[in-house]
Amino acid sequence: MKIIVCLKQVPKNDSVLRVNDEGTWIQDRDLSYEINESDQYALEAALQLKEKVGGEVLALSLGPARVQTVIKEALARGADRGVHLDDEAFKGLDAYGVATVIAAAAKKEEAALVLTGLQSDDHGYAQTGVIIAEQLGVAHATIVMDVEVQEARLRVKRELESGYFQWVSLPLPAVLTIQSGINTLRYATLKGIMAAKKKEISHYDAATLGLAADQLAPRQKILRIYVPQKSKQTQFIEGTPAEVAARLLEKLKNEARVF
Amino acid sequence: MANGEGGILVYIEVTEGRVNRASYEALRAGQLIGAETGQEVAAVLFGQGIEAAAAEIAARQLQTVHLVNDAALASYTADGMVRAFQQVIGQTKPALVLLSHTYEVRDFAPKLAASLGRVLTGDCIGYRVDGQDLVLTRQIFQGKMVADVVPTGEKPWFVSFQIGTFRGDECEAGTAAVALTSVTIDAGEIRQKPEQRFKEAKAAVDLTQAPLIVSVGRGIKEQKNIELVRKLSEALGAELSASRPICDNDWLPMDRQIGSSGQTVSPKLYLAVGISGAIQHLVGMKGARTIVAINRDKDAPIFEIADYGIVGDLFEIVPALTAEAEKNR
Ligand SMILES: Cc1cc2nc3c(=O)[nH]c(=O)nc-3n(C[C@H](O)[C@H](O)[C@H](O)COP(=O)(O)OP(=O)(O)OC[C@H]3O[C@@H](n4cnc5c(N)ncnc54)[C@H](O)[C@@H]3O)c2cc1C
Repeated sequence: MKIIVCLKQVPKNDSVLRVNDEGTWIQDRDLSYEINESDQYALEAALQLKEKVGGEVLALSLGPARVQTVIKEALARGADRGVHLDDEAFKGLDAYGVATVIAAAAKKEEAALVLTGLQSDDHGYAQTGVIIAEQLGVAHATIVMDVEVQEARLRVKRELESGYFQWVSLPLPAVLTIQSGINTLRYATLKGIMAAKKKEISHYDAATLGLAADQLAPRQKILRIYVPQKSKQTQFIEGTPAEVAARLLEKLKNEARVF
Repeated sequence: MANGEGGILVYIEVTEGRVNRASYEALRAGQLIGAETGQEVAAVLFGQGIEAAAAEIAARQLQTVHLVNDAALASYTADGMVRAFQQVIGQTKPALVLLSHTYEVRDFAPKLAASLGRVLTGDCIGYRVDGQDLVLTRQIFQGKMVADVVPTGEKPWFVSFQIGTFRGDECEAGTAAVALTSVTIDAGEIRQKPEQRFKEAKAAVDLTQAPLIVSVGRGIKEQKNIELVRKLSEALGAELSASRPICDNDWLPMDRQIGSSGQTVSPKLYLAVGISGAIQHLVGMKGARTIVAINRDKDAPIFEIADYGIVGDLFEIVPALTAEAEKNR
């Protein structure tokens, strides 16, 4: 089975975020990056499926040259080939635009299965996988916790609200969005890192994918970003660790009366 | 948003015959935006044998309740929902479609919007009407920042609101007409075949009754450090719980997870150690009477709901707290 796994490069979880001069996004200089959390679980799911049923895993990332780090990391963990989607026209796309580009690449590659994480840690749109499915005209399932392959179909366990789950079967080709925690991540070994050096990365731009500008036109615009206003009055307790500890326990006892 | 034009269509989610409580929040959003922009509000429900749910919604202030009763919609599938919803949009031509950002909405709304060439402005936490624009506020970077966003394309616009943004119990009462709206769905078009919904075996640990809870997040860095927080919980006589990544890594069992996909608790004390305060975590513990957060990032969203905050390194503060608690015992 040919599986494409979509990996987004996002600022490291503990990054200090500063708003850019236009006020419309964060400053990207001095940032370190990592693979979006749920995408890592999607990658692991792809590798495990390949181990079970055979086939090929393509690690795909859309973004500037720096996202090749993400692709290389995935190749080192065991993906077979990289797909890098990069073009001036791919800058600042909304979820619709990103999904349209990825769907075009998935079509070109004739992938049987596309996996994404369920949502990104930066924009948090939680839509890319679902829109890819719509653009490809294939079935999808979201918030997936387990995947079984049954000939030309998949049977997947979806996480629902309030502690419920549900198994759903759907035909291949398909798109799944993967929930964090569904498997145990592997890390790249030295051998994997060496092997990755020989693996190929395909580069596609808008022209190769046959995409016109109006297909990618944004349907949503960010006016500004900012640190949210706090609504609750938090009492901050300061001092040395020992002082803080004593003060907190005193307040919990005499003010909040929890003990 | 031009006055009077188009109208607002609110999606009411029905599971096993019952209205999802979050849908009342979307309806409340519809009432508020409708009043501000002079638009009529309608609602739509899909399923089979859901007349009681429709009647419940019709007792609120809105114009029309569209009831789509179809055997193909008896249990939810993304394909069935999108097919049906597209037809209702075609018939009612709303300018704005409002939804609550539930798991089900996450599953179908992006597809519905994309099938009409639109994008969903999802998981919003506020709105402002500004001339022709509907300015929506969304969390980015897991709540560390927010963005003001406007839908720019053609109408209808699709907007979903985060659960808790509006008070469902503030929906104005009224009487609406229930309109039976029919759609054509060929069962063969529905590619997903859902099985029964189920719950995993009952959690071995019930945290819902615990009066005191100490909860640990990814700030703890390594599995072996969990012991630090366990000691604190023991010294305080509290239960130990965790954010999702801790359970995802098997550092603590799943049944100690707090949040939208874990347990919902309302103890007297919830002490969050190295937890950032993503919305999916907050929904599980914001009902606690007193919330304490220890985090080295003063802008961490957890402080938004904390009564007491300690900004600092948990590896210094937790042992000091444990020592102090042991002294007081
Ligand atoms: C559909 C869905 C369902 C989900 N369900 C849940 C759920 O039920 N429960 C849940 O918890 N999450 C859930 N999540 C995940 C959620 O979005 C967050 O990713 C998660 O809650 C983050 O956990 P965290 O706060 O422990 O980690 P992080 O966000 O990584 O936060 C770690 C925090 O530790 C602080 N820190 C780091 N080092 C130190 C130090 N030395 N001293 C002090 N502080 C430090 C950092 O400043 C940071 O604020 C769900 C997500 C989705 C999409």
